[in-house]
Amino acid sequence: MSAREEVLGRIRQALGGEDRTPAPEVVRDYRLTDGRPAGDAELLALLVDRVEDYRATVLCCSPAEVAATVRAALDRGLGTGWAAGDVVVAPGLAAEWRPAGCDVDDERPAVQLAERAASVTAVAVAIAETGTLVLDGSPACGRRALSLLPDCLVCVVTADQVVGSVPEGLARLDPLRPLTMVSGPSATSDIELQRVEGVHGPRTLVVVLVGG
Amino acid sequence: MTAVDLGMPGLPTAPRGVGHLRGTQSFPDAARGALRNGQLRANLGHATSTIRGKRAAVVGELPDWEQLRAAGKALKTATMARLDDHLEELERQVTARGGVVHWARDANEANEIVTRLVLATGTSEVVKVKSMATQEIGLNEALEGAGLDVFETDLAELIVQLGEDSPSHILVPAIHKNRAEIREIFARTIPGVDPGLTDDPRQLAMAARAHLRERFLRARVAVSGANFGVAETGTLTVVESEGNGRMCLTLPETLITVMGIEKVVPTWRDLEVFLQLLPRSSTGERMNPYTSTWAGVTPGDGPQEFHLVLLDNGRTAVLADEVGREALHCIRCSACLNVCPVYERAGGHSYGSVYPGPIGAVLSPMLTGVEDNASLPYASSLCGACYDVCPVAIDIPSILVHLRGEHVEAQERPTAEAVAFRGLAKAMSHPRLWHLAQRGARLGRLFSRGRPTLPNALPPPVSGWTRSRDLPTPPAKTFVQQWTEEHRS
Repeated sequence: MSAREEVLGRIRQALGGEDRTPAPEVVRDYRLTDGRPAGDAELLALLVDRVEDYRATVLCCSPAEVAATVRAALDRGLGTGWAAGDVVVAPGLAAEWRPAGCDVDDERPAVQLAERAASVTAVAVAIAETGTLVLDGSPACGRRALSLLPDCLVCVVTADQVVGSVPEGLARLDPLRPLTMVSGPSATSDIELQRVEGVHGPRTLVVVLVGG
Repeated sequence: MTAVDLGMPGLPTAPRGVGHLRGTQSFPDAARGALRNGQLRANLGHATSTIRGKRAAVVGELPDWEQLRAAGKALKTATMARLDDHLEELERQVTARGGVVHWARDANEANEIVTRLVLATGTSEVVKVKSMATQEIGLNEALEGAGLDVFETDLAELIVQLGEDSPSHILVPAIHKNRAEIREIFARTIPGVDPGLTDDPRQLAMAARAHLRERFLRARVAVSGANFGVAETGTLTVVESEGNGRMCLTLPETLITVMGIEKVVPTWRDLEVFLQLLPRSSTGERMNPYTSTWAGVTPGDGPQEFHLVLLDNGRTAVLADEVGREALHCIRCSACLNVCPVYERAGGHSYGSVYPGPIGAVLSPMLTGVEDNASLPYASSLCGACYDVCPVAIDIPSILVHLRGEHVEAQERPTAEAVAFRGLAKAMSHPRLWHLAQRGARLGRLFSRGRPTLPNALPPPVSGWTRSRDLPTPPAKTFVQQWTEEHRS
């Protein structure tokens, strides 16, 4: 008998063969929505509060100011002396958001992204209550290595992408895509359970919130 | 009634001689050593009280915590009731998206599969994401036995590996070490480390970053566990903090994920419950820094070869126990460890298994068969704090009592304790015998020399009781004598 057949057979035996107890109904009486619509001013304020609590930076701007604010975000992350060659952006990032002269990620080997100091991406959704940004591997968010290897990550979030709760956030996502949920810069609590920001992932996270 | 269902023949437990589910000492013997270690107790007391406070604060923020908990419990119960169907669906979906699914009856088979897959890639190095399942089966030893170099990349696992130590906590395996001890390990074992390294946690984390960076960039094979596997979409999930998980899940050409069969969840939507319960319960954060999900292989993004190893290793034996199967609901948050007064004092190593604390005290004996971890169901005061904090409401105290019952019933000859209680029962049901016994017990005063408790160096079989409990010195007069004297007039 194959291991597959044997393990499945053991499960059936363990559950009592034909007499198994039926599965109980799952009652979902927890909050399915936050009650406030996506992009609500209170949700944007909550997102800012929660992201900053992770010791990330949030810069709010109007739709007309995105490019300038992305540059300001890079100033914050890299210091004002950065060069365009230090920065690589997601291939689908809106062209008008892109700092002039920055490199666009292509099909180069992923490890080469480690040579760049910062990356700029969009997000698929942001969850205010937990301060979570979700990147979904789409051209605007880039492949997973793009938001991982450069030490500074700048994410542009538009107000309509900001939902209140985890259930609302997950409902907007496609589970067949490679997803990365980002809540603050990389961190560890492994030494005396004291949180320290910055381990293997980007040590600096700057969020540009458009319409916030 | 459930007692007759126990130990169903034909459902094998985790095999001996492989993996880390059994200790070399019984819990009381191991704990006695740990209790004498003042540094360990200070480290544990500091760490667990910190995390208890953080957890309580973020759990208190959610008005629907109890509803989420109930939903988590119901989801797990429903999943277990149709575990075979969900696993078959998971297999179909992972396969349809370019992954390869393997089934492993036990630790030996899982280790063989992973070793064979790694060797087939021609590499000699493996990077690992922290994973309880691979700790459980002793995968590192198996890979090293095949001549491979294995690098743990989680900071705490790295500390444990470099210190040639063993993990003592589910979430923070190096919780028993303080910053000064960790600095000492890094200074001694990391080649080329800055000799000026201090014990500042930030500096220690940076030392780990520098040490592992090149390894991540050149790694060709990674091994991970999985927090959840979504059956309807074939989506695997790893929840982490440092980004070492993302490195392993993203950069190598080949990814091998070892997942216990109980980690399957039926639908994507189910994660809306677990992704709220898990981070708040484990690190006391609203959300952990990174959660990665992937379904099979994505062209141009991440590993182009993906293997999923579904592991039994005694889980079906646990499933066969109608009371104990609830232990399979565990999402490995470790909140029960952090609140347990026994864990806080005895430490994780005393449990002898990679699963310490209250959940380990029920899970380990069921995975191995209670005879191989017979002392663990007694490693609890049954205070119930573990049940209160469990995000999926596992009734750990009831399972502990159930396993104690199973252990007692399995004894072929009555134990000294059973004989003593039988005698006590007889005495208590006959007033004359009872008064006689009470008067007899007063002889114990001779040993006490005026102290409130009897010395614990009493001869066997009484020593079996007194070595872990204080036996109060019997009073000079019994209650009944005193009552009679006072009310005679």
